[in-house]
Amino acid sequence: MTEITKHEPHTVYIKPSKGLAALNLRDLWVYRELIFFMVWRDVKVKYKQTLLGMAWAVIQPVMTMLVFTFLFDKVAKLPTEGVPYPVFSFTALLPWGLFVVALNQGSRSLVAHNNMVTKIYFPRLILPMSSVFSGLVDFAIAFVILVILMFYYQVTPAWNLLWTLPLFLLLAIVTALGVALWLSAINVQYRDVNQALPFLTQFWLFATPVAYSATVISEKWQILYSLNPMAGVVNGFRWSLLGIGNGPDITLWVSTGISILIFISGLFYFRSMEKTFADTI
Amino acid sequence: MATAISVKNIGKQYKIGAAESKFRYNMLRDVIVDTVSAPIRLAKAMIGKSDHRMNQNYVWALKDVSFDLEEGKVLGIVGRNGAGKSTLLKILSRVTEPTVGTVSVRGRVGSLLEVGTGFHPELTGRENIYMNGAILGMKRTEIDSKFDEIVDFSEVTQYIDTPVKRYSSGMYLRLAFAVAAHLEPEILVVDEVLAVGDAEFQKKCLGKMGDVAQQGRTVLFVSHNMSAILRLTQEAIVLNKGQMLMRAPTQEAVDFYLSSGQAQAGERIWEAEDIPAASAPFRPISLRIKNRSGKAVDTVRSTESVTVEFEYQLDASVTGLRVGMYLSTIRGEYVFTSFDTDAPNLFEKFDSRNAGRYISRAEIPADVFNEGRYTIGVNASSFGVRRYFMDENAIAFNVDVSGAPGTHWPEPRVGPVRPRLNWSIEKLG
Repeated sequence: MTEITKHEPHTVYIKPSKGLAALNLRDLWVYRELIFFMVWRDVKVKYKQTLLGMAWAVIQPVMTMLVFTFLFDKVAKLPTEGVPYPVFSFTALLPWGLFVVALNQGSRSLVAHNNMVTKIYFPRLILPMSSVFSGLVDFAIAFVILVILMFYYQVTPAWNLLWTLPLFLLLAIVTALGVALWLSAINVQYRDVNQALPFLTQFWLFATPVAYSATVISEKWQILYSLNPMAGVVNGFRWSLLGIGNGPDITLWVSTGISILIFISGLFYFRSMEKTFADTI
Repeated sequence: MATAISVKNIGKQYKIGAAESKFRYNMLRDVIVDTVSAPIRLAKAMIGKSDHRMNQNYVWALKDVSFDLEEGKVLGIVGRNGAGKSTLLKILSRVTEPTVGTVSVRGRVGSLLEVGTGFHPELTGRENIYMNGAILGMKRTEIDSKFDEIVDFSEVTQYIDTPVKRYSSGMYLRLAFAVAAHLEPEILVVDEVLAVGDAEFQKKCLGKMGDVAQQGRTVLFVSHNMSAILRLTQEAIVLNKGQMLMRAPTQEAVDFYLSSGQAQAGERIWEAEDIPAASAPFRPISLRIKNRSGKAVDTVRSTESVTVEFEYQLDASVTGLRVGMYLSTIRGEYVFTSFDTDAPNLFEKFDSRNAGRYISRAEIPADVFNEGRYTIGVNASSFGVRRYFMDENAIAFNVDVSGAPGTHWPEPRVGPVRPRLNWSIEKLG
């Protein structure tokens, strides 16, 4: 307690931030451990005082898959390009689940932690980031279920999944984070976001080829359809894991471009709003 | 000696309505209207017509404040509510950005108002120490090395692996404080006004602050408690309405602060800009101290009764309103608290008050005060619902004790009260 400093203290300059300098990535690196702790806390707390605990991470996507199978396979008999419907829909539910966590937890992350935001300094980016990353844990659990399903239905994975799947997972994260950045920053000022989220989630699910195949969309609408970045992510997952679909074609590049656009613009919007978070939250 | 903090012309502008009141959020439709009309405003600005609306909607919570603080110094910050003290601390701890100006801060800034931030009730004490430490900017290895010390200090060793939701509030606070106290920042910021917890805990905070100051760290201390400011700081700055009025040795600054801010002797009048927007529908008008002959005075006699009059306006009817005062010595020790609906009959009669102008008047009987200076703080709230208005240092007055019990001995007496007691002396046998 007696020694004051072990190292020369670092001088911080506080001034109104403007432009690109506001994108303070150095601080994000300094606070990297906080991201780890936030994710760890989210995971740890999520299933506390539940009877089924981590089993919920399995039950939720499996139940959705069963309902989809009944409705869209047994009743509506939608085409699945030769893949058993449970595997077909579950492959899409993986990235979709990640996206829903980002959309819901991520968008509320700043408001939910308003006592942190109004009391201490830390890079605010950490809050939406850690919400998205904590979704990866559920993703990993659901991935194990997918492997089991594929064995059960004897679906052979495509050979190139080893390098394409990580890329599509990255695309899913970038998309999810981009949307979370926009919505969480808007939510600080306009709680309308909270009201819109359930509706937005539902609407977005219909606009994404989770329950159905993207091939049911007619050729001339494909480009318009691919403006939904999640369409690219889901198609990519199916192509990578099951070897169906067209692979990297123009629609995928459009989706990817939109994802990156949302992410970069979200990053700048978030940073430009960050300085007023503590005042307006 | 090196400069720890250098503040240059900083100012902070808030938008009234959105930032001031927690009950109102910006509506998207306002923004849509604003966005549509923005080009028109911009055009007006370009042709030199300033837009009055801009000036009206914003208020400077802090304006043109500059000072340097050397390493190892303890600086007190005094000022009324809304003077900008907390805003200044928030800027220094980087919670919010200044609108203009620059600050350079040498070293890590820690604050005792962060106590327990990020604590999660479901996590154990051990887990929360790591979590909270990370939030405060400590490295994991740093927390590892201080872990035992933190646990010892918090006195919750037995329960360290129990979720903190099972802790008593005292244990919870002790643990939270222990983490904050072991952050060992180069600069410590203490906002006693916002400090939570009981008197015991606040005493601990002040004690810790004293330790930190003795180790040669830089401390900024905000308090309404003048005796704490006098005891712990050598120098103080006085803020008023966002501006720095003076920086001086503490005694001088405190004297200046206490003697300023009153419209006239024995009366305090609230101007429209002194009243926070959040206090609506309650609007304080004036507070008077009157002697027995009904004159507003600055000095009262201990041997006479004193009348305290608080005049206010209600812009809407309020249910369960109670208006009252905190009387304390100039050293910040409370003498008593009293509310206008303390009496059961008034409590029932004024269950709800309609809009209108009111005076709540109290008579403090003779033979209460000892010699010295006292302050009255006022408060208007609905119990358990909302606090509308509060001003801890609304007015100050002196007490003259000539003729009071025991004044035939020319010596000061300790204690804030000097009651006339019914003594009797009995000779036994």
